[in-house]
Amino acid sequence: MQTLKVKVWRGAENGAFQEFEVPRQESQTVLDVVTYVQRKCDPTLAYRFACRVGVCGSCAMTVNGRSRWTCRTHVDKVAEDGSVEIAPLRNLPVIKDLVTDMREFFDKWAKARGRFSGSKTRKDEFERVSPESKERKRVDAGIECIGCGVCYSACDVVSWNKDYLGPAALNRAWTLVNDVRDTAQSERLAAVAGDAGCHACHTHLNCTERCPKGLSPTAGIAGLKRAVLSATLSGKI
Amino acid sequence: MSAAGIHTPGMKNDYRARNHPAYWAFIVHRLSGLLLTLFLPLHFWALGQAFHGAAGLDGFLAWTQNPLVKFAETGLVLLLAAHMAGGARLLLIEFLDWREWQKSLLAVAAGLSLAFGLAFALNLG
Amino acid sequence: MSRRSEVLLWGAQRMSAMVLALCVVVHLITMILAVRSGLSGAEILGRTQGNVAWFAFYTLFVIAVSVHAPIGLRTILGETLGWRGGATNLLLTAFGIALALWGLRAVFAVFGGGPA
Repeated sequence: MQTLKVKVWRGAENGAFQEFEVPRQESQTVLDVVTYVQRKCDPTLAYRFACRVGVCGSCAMTVNGRSRWTCRTHVDKVAEDGSVEIAPLRNLPVIKDLVTDMREFFDKWAKARGRFSGSKTRKDEFERVSPESKERKRVDAGIECIGCGVCYSACDVVSWNKDYLGPAALNRAWTLVNDVRDTAQSERLAAVAGDAGCHACHTHLNCTERCPKGLSPTAGIAGLKRAVLSATLSGKI
Repeated sequence: MSAAGIHTPGMKNDYRARNHPAYWAFIVHRLSGLLLTLFLPLHFWALGQAFHGAAGLDGFLAWTQNPLVKFAETGLVLLLAAHMAGGARLLLIEFLDWREWQKSLLAVAAGLSLAFGLAFALNLG
Repeated sequence: MSRRSEVLLWGAQRMSAMVLALCVVVHLITMILAVRSGLSGAEILGRTQGNVAWFAFYTLFVIAVSVHAPIGLRTILGETLGWRGGATNLLLTAFGIALALWGLRAVFAVFGGGPA
């Protein structure tokens, strides 16, 4: 039987890789491999997953040095010389093995004012937003984010500046900046401004390169840069 | 916030995560920017020799006939062209809405810088 | 530094970049044409001295680069060395002013009226 050599990260940040042999199977995903290791080789292996089909965003890890969803990554696609290296996401504290503490990642969504603020009640009519409008198209381009943390893990600016809000939070902010119903625009633009916000982005395109949904947070961040600059120049923030 | 001081907690990426064209473009942009900034004071000093008239400049120009200096000059032209073309690419990405054609800007920028470098090297003789 | 100042710095760097992109294209073409027939002090100064248009052009060039370079350097210092804050900003402001003065001196030398 053909086998796959798997190096799996064990322990916290000061841990090390441990090697396992896993039988190869057709259409095997990296998540299948991790699950095999946990069930057949070492039940103490810690990892996260839920849906297994690219909906929940909880199984993101670093596979052969690149951030990915393990459930939607086929071993065929990433194995190099019959081996795969699986590590936790970057830029997040490692709790144990393949599990990171994602609090900072989600706290930054809140800091970027990533929540909707409306003015209507359930007694009001629905707002009409044309699918053809410029704003709605911009929202469409970024709205499919499921918060898996791949872009945050891939981003060098996050590594270099611990206060940087990161691609996912800024992408979320951009979809809300283009939400014509939202009433907290000035506060949001102020929240994403400056050296810890959108203006720190260097257009490395790491996030765009790695996003499993094919989104471009870089494009949204560029939009924020312009929106914040014009709000600053016109004295709105 | 983390207790780890100025650094973002967690493990760090290595070259495997960064090995893609836009990241190389960033490295070229950052290095060329840094080197050009360091070169500028020297450039301004050399031009200041004109305060001593044509003879002052000639003294400096004689030194630039050294093949090694000529080679370095071509390198500087290439750095300047690369920083300009790469910077123009960034401005187009940052100030225009995202379009598919923006992906080919990288190739255009690289081609433009090489063309300028080559034109300078050939004319330098 | 306030967020407002950070945004304005970013804007200043992009605006200066737009000016510089044009300046650099002109500078590159001029350079390529100038070196064709070899350079001599007399030839250069004959072409440049007292030329008001070039004097103005290179004055703008020097000012734009003196805005642009220190802001870029600020980012590099912050990201690679962790130098962020008042002292670094002060140092970079001084660098920008020194660069502008040093550059304008060169512009005067090459494009001014003649040997001082």
